Amino acid sequence: MTDKEKTQRACDLCGSSQAVVHLTQVVDNQMTTLHLCQRCAGEKGLHASGPTGNVPLADFLAKLGGEEAKSEGEPRADSSCPFCGLSSANFREMGRLGCPQCYSTFEVHLRGLLRRIHGSTQHVGKIYLPPDPSTTEKEKRLKALRQKLHRAVSLEDFERAAELRDQIRTLEPTP
Amino acid sequence: MDELAIVPDYGLGWLDASGPSSDIVLSTRVRLARNLQGIAFGPRSRVNDREAVLGRIRNVCDKSQHLLGASLWELSQMDSRSRRILLERRLVSRELVGGDKGTPLNGASVLLSARAPLSVMVNEEDHLRLQCLLSGLRLQEAWGLVDRLDEELGTELPWAYHPEFGFLTTCPTNAGTGLRASVLMHLPGLVLTKEIGQVLAGLNQVGLTFRGLYGEGSEVLGNFFQVSNQTTLGQSEEDLVDHLDQIVQQVIQYEKQARQVLLKEARAITEDKIWRAYGLLRYARSLPFEELINLLSGLRLGASLKLLSDLRVYTLNKIMIYSQTAHLEQAAGRDLPPLECDAHRASFVRQVLTREGVVDSEGGGSSGDL
Repeated sequence: MTDKEKTQRACDLCGSSQAVVHLTQVVDNQMTTLHLCQRCAGEKGLHASGPTGNVPLADFLAKLGGEEAKSEGEPRADSSCPFCGLSSANFREMGRLGCPQCYSTFEVHLRGLLRRIHGSTQHVGKIYLPPDPSTTEKEKRLKALRQKLHRAVSLEDFERAAELRDQIRTLEPTP
Repeated sequence: MDELAIVPDYGLGWLDASGPSSDIVLSTRVRLARNLQGIAFGPRSRVNDREAVLGRIRNVCDKSQHLLGASLWELSQMDSRSRRILLERRLVSRELVGGDKGTPLNGASVLLSARAPLSVMVNEEDHLRLQCLLSGLRLQEAWGLVDRLDEELGTELPWAYHPEFGFLTTCPTNAGTGLRASVLMHLPGLVLTKEIGQVLAGLNQVGLTFRGLYGEGSEVLGNFFQVSNQTTLGQSEEDLVDHLDQIVQQVIQYEKQARQVLLKEARAITEDKIWRAYGLLRYARSLPFEELINLLSGLRLGASLKLLSDLRVYTLNKIMIYSQTAHLEQAAGRDLPPLECDAHRASFVRQVLTREGVVDSEGGGSSGDL
């Protein structure tokens, strides 16, 4: 889009005012651009100029939270975590979860939020093995360990490579 | 805080400036946030939750190679000055010591390893924060140490983990890997050539962020910037660490180029700035901490450019840590009102520079190199 086209475009949300903020996001390799007027951008916590990344998280969540609740129907305003009692309103206000269980309670809401913060919801780092792991969990863990071993060898960190090899051996099914 | 003497390096091993690029990168820190299953997170925890967390980690210490013989400091059992010393040494966060009020919650503790530059904050926002602090730019090594500690503790402690969201943390900005890798950089060249804005904007574009000397919410002082990863989910720990490493190496190159520009285009002004800073620190009778940090920036630049060739980075690191208020109070053996504290600071700096500074006379020491 040329600069001239940008200046003439109407706001994607209200359709009436002229768009002055052009927000390009890349989510799961899909690029989308949102064109917003000053007022709609302000309501989403975006500004045409000024620093990014300095908006306090609680404000950010408060703004997103309301919108998220409306658009995805969850969490209900009165929903709260059965384990720690944190309500969705508390969460939006504080920007902090109350316990591990909150991640299941507010799962739908969190998925949208995590995507906005990190650009993804899928953890691809270390695989943690609970005390009594399933075969699938073991396989995932083995795959991650093999990748680490490969990296340790390429960095010539042979001490680490030996440790990883031992960890892999303990997980590999015995023939 | 004499008790801290039992920690081999007093938690200050990184001061020795032994790491790569330590004239530009003061220190590397990698931390992992971890929480236990079935216990409320920090902000919603009750006393018995925090005691449970502390009890669990205390039990594991005996079984951990890395934490065997570690010293455990329960902050509410310590006096206020000792807590501030830990904070000034960057071994605990402001939140762990109880924020601005300075009253820590029961159970808030720190474990200092006796064998490695590793520590664990207990009952901070997350149940545990495993961290490694090293001199210079050593991200891979710091990550390796924290990774091993995590592996070891994870076999004994049930981490809160979700197959999709990864390691679960109090704040959703830490979820996934729970990893924050950060590098404390000194960038006077980029500030003086006014290119810093562009570099910092560039960091934001590649998923990194920066903070001041004392972490979150602190202002930039003395041209020190803490550069770290912004996101923690959707990339592996190794990718996050490699990416930061790569970008920091680039920033080091930019900083070196900017310093060469200063020497080429404005050598006389740069030298004057450095020597004036040295003169003030060598002879001042009162030094507020902010002024000291800004002047130290000049000395660090001078030492790195070999304009103050006798001056070691270790000396500058030492001044930076030991001239903080709680450290000066500890040396004086009493609390110091602000003006008196500034006088003690000036006196301490004069003593160190007399002992470990440059030869002052024209034609002697480093001035002959100009």
